[in-house]
Amino acid sequence: MEAGEAKSKRAGGSRLCCICNKRRPVLKRPKTLQQICRECFYEVFEEEIHQVIVQNRLFKSGERVAIGASGGKDSTVLAYVLSELNRRHNYGLDLFLLSIDEGITGYRDDSLETVKRNEVQYGLPLQIVSYKDLYGWTMDDIVKMIGLKNNCTFCGVFRRQALDRGATLLKVDKLVTGHNADDIAETVLLNILRGDIARLSRCTSITTGEDGPIPRCKPFKYTYEKEIVMYAYFKKLDYFSTECIYSPNAYRGFAREFIKDLERLRPRAILDIIKSGEDFRIATTTKMPEQGTCERCGYISSQKWCKACVLLEGLNRGLPKMGIGRPRGNGNGDNKHTKAGSTAKSIESKQCGSLDF
Amino acid sequence: MACNSTGCESGCYDREKDNGSKIVEDAVVTQESVCVKCKCNEPMTFGDGGSEDGRFCAECFRNNVFGKFRLAVTSHAMITPSDNVLVAFSGGSSSRVALQFVHELQIKALKNYEASRDRSLPVFGVGVAFVDETAAFPALSTEMIDAIEWIRSTVSSLSPPAKGLHVVPIESVFGSDSLDPRDRLVKLLDSVPDDTGKEDLLLHLKMLSLQKVASENGYNRLVVGSCTSRIASHVLTATVKGRGYSLSADIQHVDARWKVPIVLPLRDCVRQEITRLCLLDGLKTVELACRSQSGINDLVSSFVALLQEENPSRECTIVRTAAKLTPFYFNKIPETDDSNVPMATQRRLKRFNLKYDGSMTTEAFCPICNGPQNRSDSSELDYFEEGQESDALYAACCSSCRFQILPQDGSSREQFGSFLPDHMISQVKHQKVNSQAYLREKIKDCLLLDDEEVV
Repeated sequence: MEAGEAKSKRAGGSRLCCICNKRRPVLKRPKTLQQICRECFYEVFEEEIHQVIVQNRLFKSGERVAIGASGGKDSTVLAYVLSELNRRHNYGLDLFLLSIDEGITGYRDDSLETVKRNEVQYGLPLQIVSYKDLYGWTMDDIVKMIGLKNNCTFCGVFRRQALDRGATLLKVDKLVTGHNADDIAETVLLNILRGDIARLSRCTSITTGEDGPIPRCKPFKYTYEKEIVMYAYFKKLDYFSTECIYSPNAYRGFAREFIKDLERLRPRAILDIIKSGEDFRIATTTKMPEQGTCERCGYISSQKWCKACVLLEGLNRGLPKMGIGRPRGNGNGDNKHTKAGSTAKSIESKQCGSLDF
Repeated sequence: MACNSTGCESGCYDREKDNGSKIVEDAVVTQESVCVKCKCNEPMTFGDGGSEDGRFCAECFRNNVFGKFRLAVTSHAMITPSDNVLVAFSGGSSSRVALQFVHELQIKALKNYEASRDRSLPVFGVGVAFVDETAAFPALSTEMIDAIEWIRSTVSSLSPPAKGLHVVPIESVFGSDSLDPRDRLVKLLDSVPDDTGKEDLLLHLKMLSLQKVASENGYNRLVVGSCTSRIASHVLTATVKGRGYSLSADIQHVDARWKVPIVLPLRDCVRQEITRLCLLDGLKTVELACRSQSGINDLVSSFVALLQEENPSRECTIVRTAAKLTPFYFNKIPETDDSNVPMATQRRLKRFNLKYDGSMTTEAFCPICNGPQNRSDSSELDYFEEGQESDALYAACCSSCRFQILPQDGSSREQFGSFLPDHMISQVKHQKVNSQAYLREKIKDCLLLDDEEVV
């Protein structure tokens, strides 16, 4: 892979695509820095993803698969490529689009329009699930209550459950998300920085949740974000390109900046981080969370209540810090239970979802 | 606990502020004015903008740092009475503190020895080694000469007990019978295409030269002053270079995969503590220009510095996370039946005896970085041709060294291999033989012909 790197840069005289040697190169491939033409780029991009799907045995023929669609570049390209590969290589999959409405004005309402267009453009049935319906809160409401720190925690936890509930509505066997190599590399770094060895051992898996309600996989695990953007650009795919308005405050931003700088110095470092993550020697006897079910809603959980229920409880009782950070002792008069074990309390709260597992 | 009232009866030792104004009785004192540990002395203020400033007095601070050093040494049996210890000294603050602390341990041991009646426990020997990198950075030769002078005087001031100083030119890795070692070093480094790879290769050569001087002069321990901060950077650089498997080997207190085991007694001290200690004790250091980094290593250092600004305990969290990775069988001082080793030491070594199964001992090591390799990675060991040394080198190296150190095309690689120190090349041959022998061991009871014709 590195063969083309420095060579083609210096041999600038050869004005032909590295791969086909026929057409004029129009781009430099971010992963390998090869100078290639548009058609060859489409080909290697799609072929690499196909190989990832095949080698990791991500799908079985006849499966119903929901694509987590946000309207952003990753999920749009995912929907496009997956339906294309499904056709070309006869995966035999029944594909759907599943979108989550977190209720973020000026961001999600716009991106949802994109997904609705994707439904028409790709001919894939769409299901939208909203936080408002599931939890009774929108992200905008949540941020108004808790401020700009820790809101990503709420959104992430809620979205995970929302995707599972949406998948159940669609009666699908599997969920695919557009997490790309950059995302996974960032997650590996974050878990090192934040001391989460348990997550560190799981975060590089291409398929997760096989023992849960809906297994989910990441076909873009080895695909560079830059290449996804490039593909969408050249193919003129319709996607919504703004970042979440709350993201500038996220800790992930540190890791993201670092990886951007790293990519400039050494493009393959992104894949190297993922490789390191896969190779870390983590004992299987490391204390892993024990799997059970949430007492309140029946969702999969390692504690008495699932994280979503804990967070919701906090929101409904006007205790924004509940479920955030480490458990605290009883500081003030208000009996704060960060682990809501006392079910004796009857609180008027908004229902945690209309679906029970 | 500080209080502001002159009528306080708790017996705490309160001090007026320097500007002479008496503290108003009802005002709340925002800063502790006694050491939080001993509660009697005035706390030290370093004024360096770091954390935990103005909380401990000089003595408690010092005892804290030295305590961590001593705990590391005793609990990992790093230095025992019969040992001969070589301290790797770069002139920087960490190795200066390591040298100072080892010296203090030695003084104490000498005092005990002289005071004891039966003189049963000998005093461990200490030597100091400095690697002279002038051959790699010719422009720094005058700076280096001055630095060496300074080091000489520093080491001689650390006696009694006297310590031997070994100034090791880095080109000594090539052995005494190499034709023009300086030139060979320059050629070797120039043939590495990647800047980060060049830097890392130099580090590996440095370690090799330290190992050489240690074993040739009868030392059985190599003390390296790596602190928590350096290890935190190493965790991240290893991760971004795809060296996740071998990471846990590099960051433990003991690294015994080398002929002379390496020990890291300052592993639990952060750079801020070390810098402050140097300030406190007036320990001078010298910063050589060749220490500056480039490429990936530099990027990671800046990143860690940025994270530290955001949260001063980030370095510790990084190292704590990495410490949860499983170490290797060689990450402890090997047990020994040597009768010269005192019983107490033998008992201590046994206490840390972790059970590993036999397959662990056939770990393959990269000839350049000495990193243990995942068995699945080294499965390509079999494909090389007879006599094709460059391909054997490629097959034997880890994927990280293959990318950033080895030249890309076959002929440059062959040339590169000819410049490498013999010790590294012999590792390649050693592995080649080993893998065949290893496989043969596993299947020999099913082999019908017992000569080497069967392959």
